[in-house]
Amino acid sequence: MGKLEGKVAFITGAARGQGRSHAVRLAQEGADIIAVDLCSQIDTVPYPMATAEDLQQTVKEVEALDRRIVASEADVRSLPALQQAVRDGVAQLGRLDIVLANAGIAPMGAEEDPSVSWQDVIDVNLTGVWNTVRATETVLVEQGQGGAIVLTSSTAGLKGIGGDSGGGQGYTAAKHGVVGLMRSFANTLAPHRIRVNTIHPTGVNTPMVVNEFMQTWLAEDPTIAGAMTNLLPVEMIEAVDISNAIVFLVSDDGRYVTGVTLPVDAGFTAK
Amino acid sequence: MGMLEGKVAFVTGAARGQGRSHAIRLAQEGADIIAVDLCSQIGTVPYPMATPEDLQQTVKEVEALDRRIVATQADVRDTAALTAAVDEGVAQLGRLDVVAANAGIASYAAIEDISDEMWDDMIATNLSGVFKTVRAAVPHLKANDGGGSIVLTSSTAGIMGMAHLSHYVAAKHGVVGLMKVFAIELAPHMIRVNSVHPTTVNTDMVQNQGTYDLFRPDLAPGTATRDDAGDAFLTLNLLPIKWVEPVDISNAVVFLASDMARYVTGVQLPVDAGSVVK
Repeated sequence: MGKLEGKVAFITGAARGQGRSHAVRLAQEGADIIAVDLCSQIDTVPYPMATAEDLQQTVKEVEALDRRIVASEADVRSLPALQQAVRDGVAQLGRLDIVLANAGIAPMGAEEDPSVSWQDVIDVNLTGVWNTVRATETVLVEQGQGGAIVLTSSTAGLKGIGGDSGGGQGYTAAKHGVVGLMRSFANTLAPHRIRVNTIHPTGVNTPMVVNEFMQTWLAEDPTIAGAMTNLLPVEMIEAVDISNAIVFLVSDDGRYVTGVTLPVDAGFTAK
Repeated sequence: MGMLEGKVAFVTGAARGQGRSHAIRLAQEGADIIAVDLCSQIGTVPYPMATPEDLQQTVKEVEALDRRIVATQADVRDTAALTAAVDEGVAQLGRLDVVAANAGIASYAAIEDISDEMWDDMIATNLSGVFKTVRAAVPHLKANDGGGSIVLTSSTAGIMGMAHLSHYVAAKHGVVGLMKVFAIELAPHMIRVNSVHPTTVNTDMVQNQGTYDLFRPDLAPGTATRDDAGDAFLTLNLLPIKWVEPVDISNAVVFLASDMARYVTGVQLPVDAGSVVK
């Protein structure tokens, strides 16, 4: 008996990386999934973003667990697109209980125009999270059975890391902003028994971090690489470690946990 | 298959309340238990503390789950007694993986009414007791190849100030300081250290006249009821509930103790119905 039998979860950025891992882990616990991903490139992002084939792979892996999944290509920068995806998913799966605002980009480092990188990362990593909650909160409130929302922030949502590029500063600002959103929504949604928390991963073994561009960026600036060292003797953690924290937060194990910033960071922020 | 099969957990204050709940929940996940409790009264504590019968009940409930438990009456203020209890437990159960430093007391007074004895009892139990618990356990944890997990019970009073609780708030904030140091010092051994921060929990430490009076200063001393106090507890929380149950704290402890949280360390985890963020 899984911890999330009969529940439905909406996940952004679900084509690969942490988002796919969340979809699979929640499905293992019995949840059905509404998945969205941009499945397209953003110009200022220096590594290859997810593809339609990636999202299809997530669908396959969830279906292999005998759970249902409604997947669509949608941009978190577009509130109407998210609302449409949620409407379709809820129409097919019957309800909504869990929201994971996971989609994010990391356009730090070499850039032609810092202002464009700044704007892109704020649009996706901050406004995209705001849109994700706005597209779902009404459904949760009207359903009247509570709910759990987890916003993916970062260690860069608690500390001033990320370097001195426009994209890096935008990343840190956006991830800090996500904490502000979480605290606001935790207050406004509590009367509806909807809980809202953030998670703060350190470096995770995903295509956003493990790619040629990011590794070069880290290697070229030893101050950044040094600042990226964890407290526990582990270089990187796995996507499933973030998913496991999410399972705790969205299940009845965390039924009275709200308004919390939960680092899953091998002690990065405790150094 | 439990999340803690083959593990051994040391729980202080295990006779009743959150400590008993932790022992049972950890046992449900497969752990054997080393349990200690004072099982006696401390002079400045205004409610009846746990008894040897309470500790015996914890033993029964763990054994009913087909897990082993080594239970001892021991004072967290007494290094020799704690060390003897842990060493004996490890001798019988073979190892130590998890520590839940849970033992704690509560008392209440305005600043000028906190006697030296109240202050000293509180710091000795709720702060020094946590240090002594971990100090006694660390050599056993370091003996493991795979490390271990330590969970210190702080409180929302370890994050926020609260009136009439100077000594309690100081001790619970101090626990956070210990957690941060332990996390840094023990990380090379893969020993993780975190604190949990409960809001009001439905236990005997809270459900007593002294607490009811503290939270309803508007009523005549000795007259506030459980419901009267519940109305006040409700205003502390963001979620519309009066208190959480011991098992809610235990579920957080299980998460932190298990491989689900294998890379979570140095974290303050409120289980507080949004009390801190309110």
